[in-house]
Order: sequence, then C-alpha cells, then structure tokens
Amino acid sequence: MSDQHPQGHGHGGTAHPHGAPLSDVQLRVKALESLLTEKGLVDPAALDELIETYESRVGPRNGARVVARAWVDPEFKRRLLADATEAIAGMGYIGRQGEDMVVLENTPRVHNLVVCTLCSCYPWPVLGLPPVWYKSAPYRSRAVIDPRGVLREFGLELPEEVEVRVWDSTAELRYLVLPERPPGTEGMSEEELAALITRDAMIGTAKVQPPARARREARG
Amino acid sequence: MNGVHDLGGMHGFGPVEREADEPVFHAEWERRAFALTLAMGAWGRWSLDMARHSRERMPPHEYLAAGYYERWLWGLETLLVEHGFLSREELDRRAERPRTARPIEPGALRAADVPRLLGNRRAARLDDPVAPRFRAGDRVVARNLHPAGHTRLPRYVRGRQGVVDRDHGVFIFPDTHAAGLGRKPQHVYSVRFAARELWGPEASPRDRVYVDLWDDYLDPA
Repeated sequence: MSDQHPQGHGHGGTAHPHGAPLSDVQLRVKALESLLTEKGLVDPAALDELIETYESRVGPRNGARVVARAWVDPEFKRRLLADATEAIAGMGYIGRQGEDMVVLENTPRVHNLVVCTLCSCYPWPVLGLPPVWYKSAPYRSRAVIDPRGVLREFGLELPEEVEVRVWDSTAELRYLVLPERPPGTEGMSEEELAALITRDAMIGTAKVQPPARARREARG
Repeated sequence: MNGVHDLGGMHGFGPVEREADEPVFHAEWERRAFALTLAMGAWGRWSLDMARHSRERMPPHEYLAAGYYERWLWGLETLLVEHGFLSREELDRRAERPRTARPIEPGALRAADVPRLLGNRRAARLDDPVAPRFRAGDRVVARNLHPAGHTRLPRYVRGRQGVVDRDHGVFIFPDTHAAGLGRKPQHVYSVRFAARELWGPEASPRDRVYVDLWDDYLDPA
C-alpha cells in the first residue's frame, strides 16, 4: 500500500518504525500524550481502559437488547417510553452521553430519525461511539431539511402518508429509536430478536428487516 | 456563534457516505485523541459546554476539512493551553518525547476510576426549583439571537414558530456555562416545528423537526 503512495497521506514527518511517515496529526497526538504523561497529568493505563471500554464493551448490542426486550415485554416497553433513562438503567446501561434518555417509537404512521446538527451527540451507553457518517457534514446538514432524501440513500423509501419526525439533539437528552418489530418474528426469543436489530434502525436510518432478509444481507 | 459547525439545512456536502463493517476507531491516533480528551476532561477544569465551544472555534475551513477526532484534538489543545496545563510553545515543539517515570499527579484519572467516570449518571440536569415558562402545547417562537459565544440554538430555527411538545426539566444553560458565567438553571423543552415552517412550501406537509431548546431561547408566539 505504501509503495503505491510513496508520499504518504500526511504532511511529511519523521520516520515511523514500520517505514511509513507519520502524518501531522499522528505526530501531534503522540507528542501530546508524551507531554501530558511526562507531566504526570495522564495515566496511560487509564487511556487504555477508556479505549477498551468503547472498543469492546459498549456498543449497539446494548441498544439491541433494550429494543428486543421492549418487543417481548409490554410492561417494559411501557416503562421505556415513560422514563427511558430508568428503564435502560435497569438493564445496566448508564452513564456518559446517556444520562438523560428518550425513546421514540416507530409505528406504521410515524418514522423517527435522530441527528445532532451542531456536533455529534449520540447515546453512547446504548449505541457506543457514533459512526463516521453520523458525524459527517452531509448527514448533519441534510437530516433536518431533507430527511426523506437521506433515508432514500439508506435504501428506505417512506410513503408520503408516513410522518417523519426528525430529532435534533441540541441539548443533553439522548435519543434512541424503538423500531417496529418486523413480520415473521413471532415466537423468536429475545436473544434471537436482538440479533436482528441494527445500529441504523436505532438511529432511524433503517428498519429492522425480517429474519430471511436479515440473513441474506449479512451474507452480503 | 454563527459557526460552520451549525450545519443544519446547509446544501452542497453531497450524499451520506457509509462504510460497511466500520471499526470504532480508524487509527491508533484516533483512539489516543479520544482517550486523552476524556482523561484530561476528568480533571474538571472545563465543562462539556466549554469543550464543545473549543471545537467550534476551529477556523471554518479547517473544521470542514478535519475529521471528527482532529476536531477533538484541536479543541483539547486549545483547552490545555487556555487552562494552563501546557504552553503553546510546548505544543508547537511537536517532537515525540520519551515517557519518563515522573509520578502521576493526584488529580489525574487512573484506570481504576474509569468505570466511575463513565458511569456517572448526572451531567447537565439540575434539581434547582425553577418554574417553567412554558407547558406542553404552548405556541412559542425561537428568538432571533446571534451570540458570538457558544449557543445551542441552531440558526435554522431562529425566528421560527413551533409548539412545545414536552418539558424535559431543568438543565444547565450552555451559553453562560461555556463562558464560565454560571449554570443559569432553566427548563429545556422539545419544541416541534413543522417542516414547512422551517423550510418552506417544498417541504412535506407531514414532517416535523423536534429541537431541544432552553427557556432563554424562546418567546411566546
């Protein structure tokens, strides 16, 4: 790869142990971490722990378990819609960027879509860290003015009679979409249901596909 | 501030590009920039509002060219200098330094503290007994404000009429908090705007945009 791009992608920089030059941003981060460590201001072990948390432990599987439970347990669903923070905390998903949760229910007549036009607010405890597209200028600019066009790009064409509700996360409330349970899932266990539920369905850029189609898409 | 970060409703950025099987981080420096931001934030010298404002102050052409964690890095460097942790000269040296065995300061985040830091359930919500100015169902208009500092009032709703959908309770007011001028506790509401009120007759007559807005951003309509 580096043979085809002998100039590298950065702005020059010093030699990297593996041969490719370090980009400007790589150098800045390395220098910053060294400087802060040297001053005793950060503990490298704490950095590793923070990274490990969001890379391995927190992610959209958490949200999928919340949604699956809401599909099989009407009492839980009632509590989830009434006080999402408490209901989700009851499953152990609490904390940073999810201190105050709101759950939005999709129905055959209402489709909810979540965005943060001003930065990239996202419900970390249930969805993990946001994907690049969620943080990108195209999504942040267009979700509010052209939600149906954005959904079309995600392969979701909504009938005109469906009401689209876009939720701009401008404050400290964090939104999770409760997608519709697809047909053909009767009798499936909570765990089997959770496996069908995608991150995008909980942001509102997709629907949850029936099992046969979900399997096809997973195979690619 | 009327910054380029306030992207809602802008044209010209092209289609939303997605990546299949996207990893949480795309490079080691992204991991480190993310973790450094959280670890230095744990010192408690700045608020989340100040952190957001630090990223918003990135020059517009750089902001648009930068990736998400480059903005975080820029914001973190800015905050570290402004709060006296580092000097600009130290940052500009940019040389990779060997790690030394200097003891970790008592205020630094330790690995054992991480679960408590991330599990903290209180952030911006307050218990102050502040009366709400509005109730669900009230018609409101977003004020036409253009503060030069941090604000969470997006340009696309300013001067537009909506309806209070629900009262979320009392929260820190970001405009004052980001400037170090206090929490100014007040209610935040989800305000429902008709897409046509925001975007004109081309928009769908059914669609709505819900925006979380503080009392100080609203007037009765």
